[in-house]
Amino acid sequence: MEKSLHWREFIITQIIKLSGYSAIVFVALILLFLLNEGLPALGKADLSSLFGTRWYPIENYFGILPLVSGSLVVTFGAALIAVPLGIGTAVYIAEIAPRWVREILKPLVELLGGLPSVVLGFLGILVVSPYLRLFLNLPTGLTAFTGSLLLGGIAVPTIVSVAEDALDAVPRSYREGAWALGATQWQTIWRVTLPAAKSGVLTGVMLGIGRAIGETMTVMMVTGNAPVLAFKLGSLFAPARTMTATIAAEMGEVANGSAHYHVLFLIGIILFLISLLVNVLASSVIFRARRRAERILS
Amino acid sequence: MKSIRRAFIFFLTFALLACSSADASAPPAQTIENKGSDTLVNLALAWAEKYQEERPDTRISVTGGGTGTGIAALINGSADLASASRKISAEELEEAQIKGVAPLEHIVARDAIAVIVNPNNPVSQLTLRQLADIYSGKIVNWNEVGGEDRPIVKLSRETNSGTHLYFLETVLRLGDKNNKTFFSPDTLLLPSSEGIVAETRQNPNAIGYDGLGYVPSDLKVIAVAKEEGDAYVLPSIATVNDQTYPIARDLFMYTNGEPTGNLQAYLEWILSPEAQALVAELGFVPIK
Repeated sequence: MEKSLHWREFIITQIIKLSGYSAIVFVALILLFLLNEGLPALGKADLSSLFGTRWYPIENYFGILPLVSGSLVVTFGAALIAVPLGIGTAVYIAEIAPRWVREILKPLVELLGGLPSVVLGFLGILVVSPYLRLFLNLPTGLTAFTGSLLLGGIAVPTIVSVAEDALDAVPRSYREGAWALGATQWQTIWRVTLPAAKSGVLTGVMLGIGRAIGETMTVMMVTGNAPVLAFKLGSLFAPARTMTATIAAEMGEVANGSAHYHVLFLIGIILFLISLLVNVLASSVIFRARRRAERILS
Repeated sequence: MKSIRRAFIFFLTFALLACSSADASAPPAQTIENKGSDTLVNLALAWAEKYQEERPDTRISVTGGGTGTGIAALINGSADLASASRKISAEELEEAQIKGVAPLEHIVARDAIAVIVNPNNPVSQLTLRQLADIYSGKIVNWNEVGGEDRPIVKLSRETNSGTHLYFLETVLRLGDKNNKTFFSPDTLLLPSSEGIVAETRQNPNAIGYDGLGYVPSDLKVIAVAKEEGDAYVLPSIATVNDQTYPIARDLFMYTNGEPTGNLQAYLEWILSPEAQALVAELGFVPIK
């Protein structure tokens, strides 16, 4: 009897261990695959063309810069919208809203997160972009900003969901301590609760930004996909072409093994590196915050 | 009780097996895989539907994806019939020869590219040269071509669309192989015809192009002249067939070698008056 229990314990632990390691294996395999398909681009396409500013793949112009800048502009805009809105919503739900409001709001926000991005894209084409054009007096409503608005909508539920959990996990005694010292509700939120939940809130923000930069369908439908190098402030209100939309639009018809094919994978590597960078930055901030918190507590 | 249930499951399994084997013994349907040009996909579907009504023993499955996709599928053997809105390219032909495939061209219909603007745009005619200058970014305001003082927003299909390539060669480069004019980088590349139509419908600054068959009647079609001084011609079945409309082209189906059997019968049927009537119905131009 005891032996079989022992065995079962062993097998289950091993299975759990395996599923833990599988994440590493998958990421490593994907990276290997990307490198294998993407690095030949450096040999097949001219380097001068890769660092050029023209993306016109059917005639071998593979300037990646406009696409990288397009992705960054759209994501930057989305972060500008989603971070304050997301944290604000999370704070309201966790700290301010009465219980019954919270019980309605949270599932609703999560429902928003489950909206298929194609549906958001339709909304963007038919509603958001015409109104943006009229409202901001732009030549066209299919701009990076339109993409940012919708991506903001996609990122908000992620940020809210994670940040609200983190705020909820802050012990009630922290808040009671602050109130006892005479702090107002806003002072408590800003000086005590938010800093205490900092690492969770930051994780939410990073996950949200990660979703925004990786989102494809909505962006492809509403940003106009013009490969213009975006470096001015006005670029946010001009059409842009993101890396994800480029891969999605062109991968279907590219000849296997051609320079264009490899360049598309190279773009995949760049996307991978950018999200790696975002994650590393996030965890280093979280790590530093934790160390400081530990110093204070000890 | 248990044994009854088991017997019942047994019976069910047998019944199912019997059903599936009955299906298999029906006369085997001949399947034609037709893949390729998005320009042609609606027409190919209409043909397939009509043909299958008349010949229930033939099954035709039609998918789009673009000319490049269709020809690639023909080359690697996953399609019997590739619809194409352009002639097969030299590289594709080379790849086909390596794989031992001999693509054979059949002209099945004609198509005209219509240039469309918002109905509120007063501009109603342009020369090919003016269109080229608009799309390459030399003309940026509608008042340079006799319109209002508005910026021009250029809409185009994605670079992998046959329509895009055709427009580039015929309009931007005016049919000159050595001309290296490009679409201006601020040209909006939209992934679908629907995107172009939706944007043109609501934006008075927009100019777009698409197959004549896809232009809804509430948009304004521009009359085009080949050279300044020539007559401005609106695209229509008559003007495409008498070759006075300058942005028109042939549409193709490619087979691997001389078609035989069902495939041959289908291609012959496509050239019949009945099938060509469908061509006109869908806004394309019949070849006869």
